Amino acid sequence: MNQMSDKKIFEVPLYAYQRSPDQDAATPARRKVVIIGAGPVGLAAAIDFAQQGIEAVVLDDNDKVSFGSRAICFAKRPLEILGRLGCGHEMVEKGVEWEVGKVFFDDRQVYEFNLLPEKGHEFPAFINLQQYYFEEYLVNRVRAMQETGAPIEIRGRNKVLRVADKGDHVNLLIDTPEGEYPLEADWLIACDGAGSPTRAMMGLDFVGRVFEDNFLIADVIMEADFPTERWFWFDPPFNKGQSALLHKQPDGVWRIDLQLGWDIDKEEEKKPENVIPRLKQMLGDDVKFELEWVSIYTFQCRRMEKFRHGRVVFAGDAAHQVSPFGARGANSGLQDTDNLAWKLKLIMDGTAPESLLDSYDIERVHGADENILNSSRSTDFITPKSEMSRLLRDAVLDLSEAYDFARPLVNSGRLSVPCTYDGSPLNAPDALAGGPARTRPGAPCVDAPLGDGFLLKKLGDRFTLLTIGADAPEALDVDGIALDRLALEPTEAVAARYLGDATSAVYLIRPDQHVAARWPSYDEAAMRAAVARAIGKE
Amino acid sequence: MSDLILTPNIPGADDFYAELLATHEGLTKADSDALNARLVLVLANHIGDRAVLSAALQAAALRKEDAA
Ligand SMILES: Cc1cc2nc3c(=O)[nH]c(=O)nc-3n(C[C@H](O)[C@H](O)[C@H](O)COP(=O)(O)OP(=O)(O)OC[C@H]3O[C@@H](n4cnc5c(N)ncnc54)[C@H](O)[C@@H]3O)c2cc1C
Repeated sequence: MNQMSDKKIFEVPLYAYQRSPDQDAATPARRKVVIIGAGPVGLAAAIDFAQQGIEAVVLDDNDKVSFGSRAICFAKRPLEILGRLGCGHEMVEKGVEWEVGKVFFDDRQVYEFNLLPEKGHEFPAFINLQQYYFEEYLVNRVRAMQETGAPIEIRGRNKVLRVADKGDHVNLLIDTPEGEYPLEADWLIACDGAGSPTRAMMGLDFVGRVFEDNFLIADVIMEADFPTERWFWFDPPFNKGQSALLHKQPDGVWRIDLQLGWDIDKEEEKKPENVIPRLKQMLGDDVKFELEWVSIYTFQCRRMEKFRHGRVVFAGDAAHQVSPFGARGANSGLQDTDNLAWKLKLIMDGTAPESLLDSYDIERVHGADENILNSSRSTDFITPKSEMSRLLRDAVLDLSEAYDFARPLVNSGRLSVPCTYDGSPLNAPDALAGGPARTRPGAPCVDAPLGDGFLLKKLGDRFTLLTIGADAPEALDVDGIALDRLALEPTEAVAARYLGDATSAVYLIRPDQHVAARWPSYDEAAMRAAVARAIGKE
Repeated sequence: MSDLILTPNIPGADDFYAELLATHEGLTKADSDALNARLVLVLANHIGDRAVLSAALQAAALRKEDAA
């Protein structure tokens, strides 16, 4: 719903339909990677593939950015991934940064917190940005890559009707405004959202938990002097027995979440004559606001049992869905494709065995489970399901006003942090005695300032041999993987993040910037074995 | 193995019990329930040790298999 007069970005086609030569091919055209869905995850996947020189075609049944009030909060790790994909800074420049949060219970503020982000990172801990800007900047990046001849394409109003895995390729049938056409793909990446038609076409499961609750999500435009903070209310006077959230976005847009309960008439609640009085109660009578849009959601936490099915790989909401408390949906979807692109590239090049893809399943199912666990727990705290659970929840909130100790128990959403792939078959055992836990094998590298920039930017998207106070060759070739050495000075930040109690270290870093192995010093045999392991050859 | 103490450990047990009752005196059932919930959380934080807390939760549940 939209009451604005001038056209907003979500009303104009971003990737209008254009006839593709593939629609006139005598025999079905074959593309290297076909991606279904031009949401945040499909677009990021396409950019990642194309950046590595792999042809990527994105099909979307729509031609605009996604509709409805959706993601607003993007965390550091996805911003770092976008940095690698060449559009992280656009997001940060437009986005709103915030550090302070306030928690209210009933009619009073119970406490205030500051995220106190660690210094020495290229990207902030969080930004708030409308999903439509997020998608627009990804599309801009695609356009810029096209101008330099990168093999990437978005086909708007291309609706996938049929998908069939043929063992060594996938057949697709696509509907367009000018009729249907067939297409073949070496690999198909399904990023077609929580309702994934691909999943349904393949008869695959999607099991989990539905939370019996409805949330009114309203984006309102107002000139108000609320500070740039996250305000969360438990049981406020203006929404008795329920919860509420107020969070700032760019352009004077504010996100408001109001819990409505289970037994409601969704169509009625969505009508402006019902929404506006509710918001007035919350914001006060004299605050002037306009509705940008309003949607009502029921949240679910569920995932597919396996994300890879032959030549079809699922990513993003198509593979797993979480409630939005903690901002884990798009954030974790970007980590899916970050994990997938380099693996598929090595498999397509013949450098790694196809079984490397099994590790995509293992690592990202682990990530999805972590997100589902966290977001289920937040939802259980925010919307207690029994009398006792409400009693304990209220006790935590009352105590949090008086004593610090109770504040860590307050759960209004645990904000998205990246997943460490503990126990992944690609990791070598941790051999760095005294090394920091946060950079153990499986962990995403922690950014650090270098004299002339930042660590993650230097790592890029290839395997790296990282040394700190240790000798090693400048380059090494292991079974077609070319490792370049990056030698770091043990500055304070580098030492704290990569040495800990050790005096020197050698790290093997994967193309997705996760640690594969680490030792106190360089040993060629150990390095070769770790590389083989990290590409699924062990 | 946890160190949960399940043998008498409160000096002046009667005094403590009387103080517990006194704290609840005059409260409605709802307020008493809330106080108990807060008390559990205060005590749990004081203990802190996750293994002891798990053992305490099990002990309080009075499940047959834990009694052995
Ligand atoms: C209220 C709300 C708040 C949220 N807040 C956050 C947040 O703060 N942070 C966060 O990280 N996440 C948040 N999320 C989640 C986030 O919006 C999703 O995780 C994200 O959009 C998933 O991206 P996706 O690319 O996987 O799927 P989608 O964005 O759903 O994109 C799927 C695409 O596939 C296309 N498609 C579907 N079927 C076909 C077909 N047959 N043929 C061709 N194309 C097809 C669709 O048109 C669509 O463009 C929120 C969600 C909601 C609802």
